[in-house]
Amino acid sequence: MRGVFSREDRPPGSPRRFSRGDPSPRAPHGGDCPSPHAPLAPGGAPAGPAADPRGGSAPGAPALLRARGLVKVYRSGAVPVEAVRGVDIEVGVGEFVAIMGPSGSGKSTLLHVLGGLERATRGEIWLRGQRVDGLSAAAWAVLRRRHVGFVFQFFNLLSTMTVADNVELPALLAGASPRQARRRRAELLAELGMSAKADMAPSRLSGGEQQRVALARALANEPSLLLADEPTGNLDSASARDVLRLLRRAHAAGQTILMVTHDAKVAGLADRVISLFDGMIADDARVVPASRKATPVRDILELRG
Amino acid sequence: MRQPLLALLAKEPAHGYELKLALEQTFGQAYSSPNIGQIYVTLKRLEQDGLVRSQDVEQDSRPNKRVYELTPAGREELAAWVAEPTEGPRVRDEFFMKLILAPLAGLADRMELINSQRHHYFGIMRSLMDMQANMDNASPAARLLVEGAVLHLQADLDWLERCQEELV
Repeated sequence: MRGVFSREDRPPGSPRRFSRGDPSPRAPHGGDCPSPHAPLAPGGAPAGPAADPRGGSAPGAPALLRARGLVKVYRSGAVPVEAVRGVDIEVGVGEFVAIMGPSGSGKSTLLHVLGGLERATRGEIWLRGQRVDGLSAAAWAVLRRRHVGFVFQFFNLLSTMTVADNVELPALLAGASPRQARRRRAELLAELGMSAKADMAPSRLSGGEQQRVALARALANEPSLLLADEPTGNLDSASARDVLRLLRRAHAAGQTILMVTHDAKVAGLADRVISLFDGMIADDARVVPASRKATPVRDILELRG
Repeated sequence: MRQPLLALLAKEPAHGYELKLALEQTFGQAYSSPNIGQIYVTLKRLEQDGLVRSQDVEQDSRPNKRVYELTPAGREELAAWVAEPTEGPRVRDEFFMKLILAPLAGLADRMELINSQRHHYFGIMRSLMDMQANMDNASPAARLLVEGAVLHLQADLDWLERCQEELV
């Protein structure tokens, strides 16, 4: 079966899906939004080496997402709550970045702000070279439809639609023909092992199955960026493993992923782990595999007796 | 390694290389199997202690092989090993000592210590996840061994986070 995670139009041997070109990430309001006429084709990309290595992108990796000085203050209660307190972050094209940290550290808020689900109180966000923090809710919705896939802890599938319709909807909204949308849906559901359930209502599926459908929906428009908020947080361990395996495959096929998680196993799949603490970045670590021969792995696995 | 060898011999008599293979097949690639020299040395000690006995078996056109079997004393020792409760994995107190004591002496910053320890654990987690990705055909024992290591590591990372919350 042809993997739908991999891209037909990517040159062989190239794991990344974006062309080179350089809308400088520093250029505000880049205005280089690619043609909206090909919603199922991968978009063009901001590229060129990251101007500022502090964010931790792979050396030479073009930055897909950049944010500077992000602050989010909630003023709904008597006392303003600073959920995000000055975050600089950068995610390179093709990177898999995990955001970890204790409950209340601001992880989910940060993700929601970066995906335009909530508005930053201060700070700047560039997505694909385009300044996006000032966009209206409607403009964000259009941008997300084409370029940002979201996966949530509680799936958020539309309960009145079948599995198939849930997955087709994003492509249709983005302007794909019904035939294109059907084809993409069929590919994704097959890839995620959900073809047999295409005509079912989401409520008849297990949590793990619902999350796989949600993942299919998020990937339907081949988003530049997949944002995932605790995607395994509500799953049993076997389902969590399945979902992580799928994310691993998507990443291997070039998908850029930014994931908030409590699941330490994700640290073993991600390229980078950002630790958030009190709304600030306490650590930004590139994950380097320990050698299997190295003592640490042996120590853990050693059978004593 | 004494008791695992006794346990394998309780199933059937075997020579050293067969025991090495049996360990590898049971526990899979995640288990760093002892080299054959260690196995022979252990068998010799077990024999000196009266827990196993051996005899040479002639082979056509090859050197004799020494086949070991369990003695009644060995069976008793094995039964006692199985019956006694097992110590849990040790707490990583060496890192904790560093974390508590080094900053007192001005030798290190706690946040830096926690972060560098965390990077170390991430690297191990990556190796374990890589192993796990290639274990579809592995035995349940081999898969559970890696899963156990992952769970221990998760606990270590959670504990680091608690240390960070309380101490930094």
